[in-house]
Amino acid sequence: MSFINYASREINCKVVYYGPGLCGKTTNLQFIYAKTNPDLKGKMISLATETERTLFFDFLPLALGQIRGFKTRFHLYTVPGQVFYDASRKLILKGVDGVVFVADSQMERMEANIESLDNLRVNLGEQGYDLAKVPYVIQYNKRDLPNAASLEEMQRLLNPSGAPEYEACATVGKGVFETLKAVAKGVLTDLKKMAR
Amino acid sequence: MPFVDTQLVLFDEDYRKVLGVCERLARDAHSKGVFVVDKNGQLMAEAGDLRGLDTTSLASLTAGCIAATGGLAKIIGEEEFPIHFHQGQRDNLHMTVVAKRIILVVIFDERSSLGLVRLRVKKAGAELARVFEEIQKKSERARNGATSPFAEITDDDIDKLFAD
Repeated sequence: MSFINYASREINCKVVYYGPGLCGKTTNLQFIYAKTNPDLKGKMISLATETERTLFFDFLPLALGQIRGFKTRFHLYTVPGQVFYDASRKLILKGVDGVVFVADSQMERMEANIESLDNLRVNLGEQGYDLAKVPYVIQYNKRDLPNAASLEEMQRLLNPSGAPEYEACATVGKGVFETLKAVAKGVLTDLKKMAR
Repeated sequence: MPFVDTQLVLFDEDYRKVLGVCERLARDAHSKGVFVVDKNGQLMAEAGDLRGLDTTSLASLTAGCIAATGGLAKIIGEEEFPIHFHQGQRDNLHMTVVAKRIILVVIFDERSSLGLVRLRVKKAGAELARVFEEIQKKSERARNGATSPFAEITDDDIDKLFAD
């Protein structure tokens, strides 16, 4: 959960990028890291296998600016997408303030998207969170590929509740910052609601 | 709601108490550095002579390490492994879980010893547990009251963050 530090006048929030294996979670973070002013970012950590598949998590600390004299810092994490790393995914979701679900637009990955989204729902539930109440954004990645499913199909299968959604091509950065801004805004709006 | 899942609010006076415990521990254990990290990976306080360390990464990886071994503990029927020791060629790292939510990290070299660190950490951990009990109570009050800096922010304030 968020951490408000009056001593350093900082608010720290945790955002987790979730989704099936090879959907582009790490690519999202890599793009954000590459395009962010060095003063606003910390070191990006990737705990990955030798073949660059995420083993435990990627981590990127970002500073967004000030609100009422408090520095807002976001800690971005990715989970390992491969099915058998479920224990690790559960650990990374602990204390989450906002979630981005990165869906792979390729038609043949639709089943993996559905399975991963179900897994997110279950793992959040185990921590006492409800996906419908957590600040949540869905990103349809790899829209540039020829075998991409139609947007309507993806909305129908993955976003029937109408959560904020963005089309993306994370390798070139399309939609990456839009997604990040939307989830950050959701987290801050949620904190505001909690404070009332 | 369990302690671990609540929003944490650290006020100046509590920060000074936490820092006081860290500074004393750093001195008494002859350590190079002492860090207090939230289990969610946020750095709360640091003391000692270590300069230029990437403390944000240290906090995140400490939390990841404790979370991973906590998962292992559950597999074998333990609730948690509250004490961790990593021995390096030059520097060593000692981690202790305090009050189920906080991780106390001590980095030390040959000028100290594992026995001394353990002894001092035990005392400091008990002190920190008492401080964090207070912090938790205050966090709950802050969550329910108007002391949160977020109570008065407007949509405009949030929009301004994303203006460019």
